[in-house]
Amino acid sequence: MAKLNMVQAINLALDEMMAEDPSVVVLGEDVGVDGGVFRVTEGLIEKYGEARVIDTPLAESAIIGTAIGMALAGLKPVGEMQFCGFSYIMIPQLEGHGSRYRSRTHGQFHVPLVMRVPYGGGVRALEHHSESREASLGHFPGVKVVIPSGPRNARSLMRAAILDPDPVVYMEPKRSYRAFKEDVPETPETVEIGKAQVIQEGTDVTVIAWGAMMHTTKKAVEEIRQARGASIELIDLLTISPLDTETICASVRKTGRLAVVQEAPLSFGPASEIIATVNDHALMHLEAPVKRVCGYDVVTPYFGRENLYMPTVGRARRGIEEVLDF
Amino acid sequence: MPMKELDTFRVSYLSILDEDANVDKELEPKLKKPELIELYRQMVWARRTDERMLKLQRQGRIGTFGPSTGQEAAQCAVAFAMRKQDWFAGAFREHGVRLLRGESLTRQLVYYNGQEEGNINDGDANPRNLPISVIVGAQPLHAVGLAYAMRLQGEPETCAVTFMGDGATSEGDFHEAMNFAAVWNLPVLFVVQNNQWAISVPRSKQTKSATIAQKAIAYGMPGVQVDGNDALAVYAAASEALDRGRRGEGPTLIEAVTYRLMMHTTADDQYKYRTKEEEELWWRRDPLVRFRAYLEAKKIWSEKDQEALEEEYKVEIEKQVKAFEGMSGWKPDAPFDHVFGTKHERIEAQRREFLAEIAKEADRG
Repeated sequence: MAKLNMVQAINLALDEMMAEDPSVVVLGEDVGVDGGVFRVTEGLIEKYGEARVIDTPLAESAIIGTAIGMALAGLKPVGEMQFCGFSYIMIPQLEGHGSRYRSRTHGQFHVPLVMRVPYGGGVRALEHHSESREASLGHFPGVKVVIPSGPRNARSLMRAAILDPDPVVYMEPKRSYRAFKEDVPETPETVEIGKAQVIQEGTDVTVIAWGAMMHTTKKAVEEIRQARGASIELIDLLTISPLDTETICASVRKTGRLAVVQEAPLSFGPASEIIATVNDHALMHLEAPVKRVCGYDVVTPYFGRENLYMPTVGRARRGIEEVLDF
Repeated sequence: MPMKELDTFRVSYLSILDEDANVDKELEPKLKKPELIELYRQMVWARRTDERMLKLQRQGRIGTFGPSTGQEAAQCAVAFAMRKQDWFAGAFREHGVRLLRGESLTRQLVYYNGQEEGNINDGDANPRNLPISVIVGAQPLHAVGLAYAMRLQGEPETCAVTFMGDGATSEGDFHEAMNFAAVWNLPVLFVVQNNQWAISVPRSKQTKSATIAQKAIAYGMPGVQVDGNDALAVYAAASEALDRGRRGEGPTLIEAVTYRLMMHTTADDQYKYRTKEEEELWWRRDPLVRFRAYLEAKKIWSEKDQEALEEEYKVEIEKQVKAFEGMSGWKPDAPFDHVFGTKHERIEAQRREFLAEIAKEADRG
């Protein structure tokens, strides 16, 4: 058992997978000698060499496009988009080909690749370095989108993503990279992609969050528990797509109330899809309108204002209490 | 400080068998008679099947497709130079390559009749053929990744050959692919079929470069322009490029200058943007006519051989069209089988709904 932050945990998962499976390769801008701009791939080039830890030219479409070719020929590439704001360039290859080789050939070819996408605000970065665009990526059939919330599930999700037979976009909440440490077991763990996790059981309200918002939401939930002793069921979504209908709806059927905390802009986000899913399968169990605590539909402001715009512990708390008090 | 000349560049053009079927004996590739005949047979097969597909489309028996007529030398001669182990990452106008690498006419018909099953490498199809890629210029990057994987997995002599048209050379992915292939020194052969037209946009509006071949220079790799209607020149250039790749000397760009004798696709009317006179000029450069004259001059092909071949292909085409038309029972929910390699309830729930809905639709009659 070691206490690791998220950067170290992802690095550990990559290291473990590269040691276990010679077909795993890492590629991207600055991932080799530099160890990645966030140091997530630090030390890998020394251990596995430059043929498997590839410092690519600066071209996002080519990083994913060549990764698709590698995956078609049996490698398991883990590519890096340096920031979510630069990742839109990968979409033509991801949607046009990564997501389609399987269905296009009825499974004869498939694309087991992972694209790492550091995302989200709260790190006082330049423009294009703070977006949360999981909704856009989650809209593509054939693509899996996962987001860890802490060091332990970051490691298990990365392992699952590399072992997965499909293209997986692995979004990394930058704000949580070094924010806290967790015990990470000696033995590698894996999780099932497509499954949310109930991390705290409760009976009064269901609260769903993911990524960096999980940390914010946990604090809000703890404040509410201390203030009024409410029994809150907290779900870590972990997979944006395909969404885990059962875990979400089973919880809502039990609690009858739901709040969703999302860093991304309000409209068309995962929170909206979660509500639509509850509408389909658990509407009659609801005792209060569902509350969304989300980012606003504005262009992500520069960091001078970002803290005003990201959901805070206070906003999350007020949103959850609104549902409880209805 | 005066300006210094750092380097100068040259672009070469290769022609071996000219429009009047005169052959340059010094450059003539050393192909054996059966090989020459086989290459010719493949080019004729590509032409006759293409013609038949156009008829089938006009009769409403298949959907939209982009004919390859006129580009057989640019396609078949490259495929002929490839080894079985080489990868092929094509676009959507490499009918000749696909057939030469074992794909059946039946399968092309299945594809152009709107079934993904037409992408499956079965029978004699080379398992290293990637399916048709409709998005212009995207697949060269896949070829680069394939070649990288091959080298890492202990097959450094396996090449990846990717095709695209002149229009694709304006796409960013084309340039990124050449750059990555060159930086990584990979055995990738980029074949640009410069057929003069990207739908309605002529080559002159596509790029200011005097040739497409010279674009390779900027990436530090060889580029050569060849007469794309000259099967011998295409074969020689492709063989040399593949040999270079196998020797670990990196990628090559071949610009095959050819002409799309037909419409862009069956949904296009080419006379909106070009003339019949221009087409006639290129019909006189027909790669099949030229290659046949070469074989006849060598006394290894005759009118009688041609008649026998035409009869053979007529029968074979009928057989394969019949096989296509006898196919049925496409599984309606197959798309749900292949979203992911793992089962997920979110998809399965939608499959159940889909099946229930189509059953209800059937009940409505």
